[in-house]
Amino acid sequence: MENYTTIIGLEVHVQLATKSKLFCRCSTQFGAEPNTQTCPVCLGLPGSLPVMNRTAFDHALKTAVALHCEIPQFTKWDRKQYYYPDLPKAYQISQYDLPMSSAGYLEIIDEKHAFEPKRVRITRAHLEEDAGKSIHDEAAGKADSEIDLNRTGTPLLEIVSEPDLRSSAESKAYLQELKLLLTHIEVSDCNMQEGSLRVDANVNLHIDTVDGKIATPIVEIKNMNSFRAVERALDYEAPRQFRVWQETGQKIGDAPKQTRGWDDMAGVTRGQRSKEESSDYRYFPDPDLVPVLISKEQIAEARRSLGELPADLRSRFVEQFGLSAYDASVIVNQGHAVIDYFEQVTRESGDAKSACNWVTQDILRLLKERNQTIGEFEISADKLAAMIAAINNGNLPKPRAKEAFELMLNQGCPAEQAIRELGIEQVDESALVELCRDMLVKNPRVVADVQSGKVQAIGALIGQAKKLNPNIDPARFREICWELARQSSSSE
Amino acid sequence: MAITRSDVEKVSLLARLQLSDAELDRLTVELAQIVEYVAHLSEVPTEGIEPMAHAVEVHNVFVVDEVLPSLPREAALANAPRHNERAFLVPPVLG
Amino acid sequence: MPLSPLIEISTSEQIEQLQQGTITAVELTQAYLDCIATREAKVGAFLRVENQRALDQAAEVDKRRLKGETLGKLAGLPVAVKDVLCDKSTLTTCASRMLENFRPPYDSTVVAKLKMADAVLIGRTNMDEFAMGGSTENSAFQITRNPWDLDRAPGGSSGGSAACVAAEMAPLSIGTDTGGSIRQPAGLCGIVGLKPTYGRVSRFGLVAFASSLDQVGPLTRTTQDAALLLETIVGHDPRDSTSLDQPIPAYSKTIFEPVKGLRIGLVREHFAEGLASEVEAAVREAFRVYESLGATVKEVSLPHSKYAVATYYVIAPCEASSNLARYDGVHYGHRTDEAAMVAELAAERKALETAQDEVGLDRLDSTLVRMYKRSRSEGFGPEVKRRIMLGTYALSAGYYDAYYLKALQVRRLIRQDFDAAFGEVDLIAGPVTAQTAFKLGEMVEDPLSMYLVDLYTVSANLAGIPGISLPCGFDKSGLPIGLQLLAPPLEEERLLRGAYMFEQATEWHQRRPKW
Ligand SMILES: [Mg+2]
Ligand SMILES: [Zn+2]
Repeated sequence: MENYTTIIGLEVHVQLATKSKLFCRCSTQFGAEPNTQTCPVCLGLPGSLPVMNRTAFDHALKTAVALHCEIPQFTKWDRKQYYYPDLPKAYQISQYDLPMSSAGYLEIIDEKHAFEPKRVRITRAHLEEDAGKSIHDEAAGKADSEIDLNRTGTPLLEIVSEPDLRSSAESKAYLQELKLLLTHIEVSDCNMQEGSLRVDANVNLHIDTVDGKIATPIVEIKNMNSFRAVERALDYEAPRQFRVWQETGQKIGDAPKQTRGWDDMAGVTRGQRSKEESSDYRYFPDPDLVPVLISKEQIAEARRSLGELPADLRSRFVEQFGLSAYDASVIVNQGHAVIDYFEQVTRESGDAKSACNWVTQDILRLLKERNQTIGEFEISADKLAAMIAAINNGNLPKPRAKEAFELMLNQGCPAEQAIRELGIEQVDESALVELCRDMLVKNPRVVADVQSGKVQAIGALIGQAKKLNPNIDPARFREICWELARQSSSSE
Repeated sequence: MAITRSDVEKVSLLARLQLSDAELDRLTVELAQIVEYVAHLSEVPTEGIEPMAHAVEVHNVFVVDEVLPSLPREAALANAPRHNERAFLVPPVLG
Repeated sequence: MPLSPLIEISTSEQIEQLQQGTITAVELTQAYLDCIATREAKVGAFLRVENQRALDQAAEVDKRRLKGETLGKLAGLPVAVKDVLCDKSTLTTCASRMLENFRPPYDSTVVAKLKMADAVLIGRTNMDEFAMGGSTENSAFQITRNPWDLDRAPGGSSGGSAACVAAEMAPLSIGTDTGGSIRQPAGLCGIVGLKPTYGRVSRFGLVAFASSLDQVGPLTRTTQDAALLLETIVGHDPRDSTSLDQPIPAYSKTIFEPVKGLRIGLVREHFAEGLASEVEAAVREAFRVYESLGATVKEVSLPHSKYAVATYYVIAPCEASSNLARYDGVHYGHRTDEAAMVAELAAERKALETAQDEVGLDRLDSTLVRMYKRSRSEGFGPEVKRRIMLGTYALSAGYYDAYYLKALQVRRLIRQDFDAAFGEVDLIAGPVTAQTAFKLGEMVEDPLSMYLVDLYTVSANLAGIPGISLPCGFDKSGLPIGLQLLAPPLEEERLLRGAYMFEQATEWHQRRPKW
């Protein structure tokens, strides 16, 4: 049978993190009582006029720069006209032919090598207003629908990718990387439950047939409410389209672009009825808003404000600190606070590997268990750095590090204090040699065993030795005993 | 581009206007007249002329991102043809 | 009942007497309410006369004056406002069934400024529905008659604002001008009407017709009154992105200074066929008056002016079709009878089913679409529907470039014509309309000829420049003739000074209709 490639482009809407709406000063706070966050402007009342929120524009510009987009000198806003009860002006203020950014990209990687690293091209990212919410009657639309306009006018950034994605895994990685980037530069919380990140997918297939490659009609998939749902929807949709092609043989152009909704319960996509007239949006420049001119300086400033992006951090951690790609992304995925914590521990202890191990293995686990933020964590970066230093200069024997860590955690004390309270001090070599000699004298059979090659017999002595001096390093104790035992044999 | 009755019907759906046959007939004639008149614009050479969407050309008008009080819900719903004290009501949007 | 002489005296005199306490705001307001009581039945200028509210405001002003409080520029002066500017203390209907019961929860910036100036808001004036028209006959509620001849139209769309001042039912009124809707009715009613530079007066709270053309302005008995009222309502408004942040001259102070070495432009294209001979004669006489005042008259050309009306009738309907889309019966305004709608749909479905018309069934409106269609068709009058249809058509797929984009380009050429002309002259003068007031009903059946009435006025809106209309004569049937003066952007001061010069040299502005 023919094999096919799945061609996926994603259209993502993210709510920008502003206090007030895009064109009025109503709050954007999620979860308020219906219709308590509206005013003449976002109600679209006669006579009301929009004025653009500076922070929303700055966030959008910042994101465009972070996505390596081209930023034009001139951009404007247009009216996208359609009727829906949650759209009180009967048009959405959006951007049509001169969006504020275009032609960018986002790089995606998979440490587990499920796919090759790739650069996903971004077609455009533009700033627009959100619509309100229609609460439909579950019972198959028998009762009235309720309209809540609290969300109306919330600033959205629409980010459209080129059809560069080839699998659900790549699509999920793209969404995860996008979310990481947007939260990292703090332009959105990307909270999907609260709808601050929404995804639509455009999917079709390229099928190799005896008479060459053919493309199937494009289908837009909506209502995917989690990254998991996106994955499942795409995994369902591709084979479905293949079956349809086998039945109908329809190629792109044979059928109009179809819209299908993802039914998460049933795990299927379902066709949605769309009237042909609804596609004529009659875009034209909004005469109530003025264009925006973007200067080179503004773009440079936006770039400065970004700081180091997740991708840069990951590669630096690998190159500069020798972390594995996996560890690097584990840390970077935690966000600024953990990244800064890790960097400080590394700086002050001079030991990135240990810093990474403590953070990724112990600390992240503990934070989860006690649901704490790194800021609330009892062992501050300087304390952990001091502890790691103590281990490395021998003041804290590795085997007892965990005890010290526990103590620091429970008492919030610095490393030195923990070491003291545990009565840990260096055992000097001569004292240790004395101890070994005396133990061997008391246990001639062990000496005999060692001489007959049963080195492990020394193990039996470690327990007793530890009772006499808890600070001894078992490994060193073994070495010395072995030495002495051999000497005593050769001296005969 | 003479305007036909079926054009007028299509446009009336886009414009969400329910027009009687008489209205459709009359509008087909009137719009045709007006469109014929405005079509004279095609005589004007305009290559390279920047479109003028605003009467005065101002740029970069912004306001600071601060929350100001919204309307009380009663006021927001006061002009609604139908509401239930919390939301605007419309006939079932589904089905 | 004899009317109070107070309504005869000039606004500046009324202000003086109010300040000196020889009259009270209540007396002055009552004088106008009495005049309304006798003449409004004939004229029909007001959609709502706000007697009680006006008297309360006036009493408040008198009280504060006695306390020695400092009062606003218009303290105690009645002002009539076109029913298109939101005022939270009354309805704003735009003379449309659609907004018959609409009560805005906020004040437009202009109304707020009038309240700040302690004006007495005496009533809301009639207009063409949503300001679409030139005769005020498109009001959903009533006809307004021209005080000079009650069988004739007052012009429009601010016909009520023009008629109430001409009939002395208010000393001052506010109108809006999108294609001539202040200047044209002022001209046809023999009063002064001024359209400011686009962006001079805030549009916040002005119910939009065509956003890139709409401006609010004064309609008054004299240029001096226009200066005073303009001064009260201009200024930058952070709630209107298109509002200009520019210094505001003290128009009412500087108006008395003649413009030295004034150069007046006579537009060659203005004197073409269609211009009534009596109107042409009056306008040419106006040029002679200016020359007698030491001004020089210079012929200028506005080569693209013959495309102005076509340009306007693409841009304005396109913007209007979008601005009026919000009236869909969901959040405010008229909603159709839902039971009747559901019944209608059910009947249609049944018919289609019995006819087994699959296509028809598939095309049948959803409940929501039908609600939109019925609500809008019931709420809007014929002219509004016509313009919504025209604009929707011009913006729809395939026509955008040919109409809308083309019109925006020609609009720039029209603006460039003015820039060139104003390189040679300080002001441009010409007729406001080609004819004097037309008979009621004369134009309603012929939309295109109605549109052509805007011939001389639309260019100023397209170019965004200020214009004023003032009386410059009467035809043999005693109907007023208007003179239009145009100035470069932001030159309202020059416009008013130039207009005042003419007004001082003539006495047309002193004539009043007979009752
Ligand atoms: Mg969008
Ligand atoms: Zn709001």
